[in-house]
Amino acid sequence: MNPSADALRRQFGPAIRRVTESCGDTIVTIAPGRIREILAWLKDTPDQVYNYLVDVTAVEYRDAELPLEVVYELFSLDRKVGLRVKAALPKDAPLEVDSVVPLWAGADWLEREVYDMFGITFRGHPDLRRILMWETYAEGHPLRKDFPLRGRFSRSEQVRQALNANPEAHYSLEELGIAEGYHDLPPDMRARLARGERGRIPDATGGR
Amino acid sequence: MAVKRTLDVALGTTGLDERGLPVTVPLGFETPGATAVEEAPRLGGEHMLLNIGPQHPATHGVLRLVVELDGEVVVRVIPHVGYLHSGFEKLGEYRHYNQIVPLTDRMDYLAPMANNVCLALAVEKLMGIEITERCKVLRVIACEISRIISHLVWLGTTGIDIGAITPFLWMFQEREKFYNLQEAWTGARLTTSLTRIGGLMADIPDGFEADLRAHCRSLLTVMAEVDRMLTRNGIWAGRTQGIGVLTAEEAINMSMSGAMLRASGVAYDVRKDRPYLDYETYDFEVPIGEHGDVYDRYLVRFEEVLQSVRLLEQALDRLPDGPINVADHRVILPPKHAAMTDMESMIHHFKQVMEGVPAPVGEAYCSIESPKGELGYYFVSDGTAKPVRWRVRPPAFINLSALAKMSQGHLLSDLIAINASVDIVMGEVDR
Repeated sequence: MNPSADALRRQFGPAIRRVTESCGDTIVTIAPGRIREILAWLKDTPDQVYNYLVDVTAVEYRDAELPLEVVYELFSLDRKVGLRVKAALPKDAPLEVDSVVPLWAGADWLEREVYDMFGITFRGHPDLRRILMWETYAEGHPLRKDFPLRGRFSRSEQVRQALNANPEAHYSLEELGIAEGYHDLPPDMRARLARGERGRIPDATGGR
Repeated sequence: MAVKRTLDVALGTTGLDERGLPVTVPLGFETPGATAVEEAPRLGGEHMLLNIGPQHPATHGVLRLVVELDGEVVVRVIPHVGYLHSGFEKLGEYRHYNQIVPLTDRMDYLAPMANNVCLALAVEKLMGIEITERCKVLRVIACEISRIISHLVWLGTTGIDIGAITPFLWMFQEREKFYNLQEAWTGARLTTSLTRIGGLMADIPDGFEADLRAHCRSLLTVMAEVDRMLTRNGIWAGRTQGIGVLTAEEAINMSMSGAMLRASGVAYDVRKDRPYLDYETYDFEVPIGEHGDVYDRYLVRFEEVLQSVRLLEQALDRLPDGPINVADHRVILPPKHAAMTDMESMIHHFKQVMEGVPAPVGEAYCSIESPKGELGYYFVSDGTAKPVRWRVRPPAFINLSALAKMSQGHLLSDLIAINASVDIVMGEVDR
């Protein structure tokens, strides 16, 4: 058992919900509201120094009653010790936790991936967009258990959407703002982009 | 000037003026009748949007970069990934543990055997299986061959990105020898599927050890040639030194791993710091850089190839006899002849094929030092034969996230060099 678990208990008391061990790894489950505070403490306290964020991911269990878990895999490069920190998010409340990007810049893409695959929102993330799926992806969050293996839409619907894909969606407003050519775009397209409607899938009647 | 240009010979002219210098071809507006070119508009302050990829040879796969340029200077890079997303993690939740092995081949397809090994180690940690000594050493050989293959491809393609064709040809010639070994062992050059939970798909074939030793020796000769050609080459150094710098603090903060982290001076190597497969008993060094630029990443990977050769030689020296698989036939398929003749073996065979091998309730994270960096597999089990969650910690994906920061303020051509230095493989980035 990793001694950091006891140190966390002493420091944070009831915010440490559970300490378990599995296959030799210590797992500390904490209150989701205090993730950033507790991880910052683990990162900066002199005898903890978990300064390396190995991974951020999430787990959903097959048992629909069980909450989703956000998992942080930490490692101390100085002490060569690892620690896994989890936070359970009940499904009946909004799936939201604080982003740890202010602590580790490396969490940026990892949190985007969790958002993309599980639909968990990270408060305070600088640029929370889908990363592996495209931005107009409308079928939901693929790694959720209620997401069927072959996707939500039928094959023909997927093909139809691909063929009708809005070419404007290949560039975000931010990206189009770079080019001088932005001012040459048709006014209605600029207006749509300015309203943040980029990449909306055109409806079946062909109207945009 | 004795040599005449071919075209001039064909046209019957000398191609030289009265001073003996080549005649210059007059530009358009100097020719009679042509109008002078309009003065170019002043472009200062206007930024240009440039799209690179997803189909572009310098992006090493289907990476797409949207670049904001001020003249030739990169102001901002917005990477877009996911074009090769195959949903491997989702697929894994519908498969037995052994059936996941082929999926891992297709992630880091430049080092498939290392991925196979990582999967097997993670599942064995989850199930509490202790593998045999011979299997451990063979897996070390598999990992180090993968590292060599991957680094050779990296060195060759990075050379091409920067404009050097020769290393590419030399490297691919050497890689071919290791690929032949890999093919002799596993039957495939790319989709090796080498490991099984509790062992290996096959033992090494006859003559493998002698060939591997011979290839290691010839590799050292070629690496010495590349060293002579690149390491102190003014063009190479000029294109790579001081480019894409990450300090040690930044590299740790951005969760870099592998050569990206070590080139910045952080000696973190999973083989040393979280040893697996008895790596702590081998004698090898972890090279680190001091500047954290593209050149140091080149030096680090170069040295890692040499260290891998050392590891391979030690592994071959200590390779023990004995079985490659654990004796437990609840985990490893019994031999075919036993399954056909012996009732108990047939039951084991049937149950493994039809039901898979159940893992106890729990979770395990196991990481290895793959050629790209720290490759980690995280399994969560609910007691059935299929994982609840299979998470891949993809080193190339996380290393690529630093691209935007590293390339700010560099030239567009340096962006290509920086992107090459990350050593991405899109199969793993997108999964």
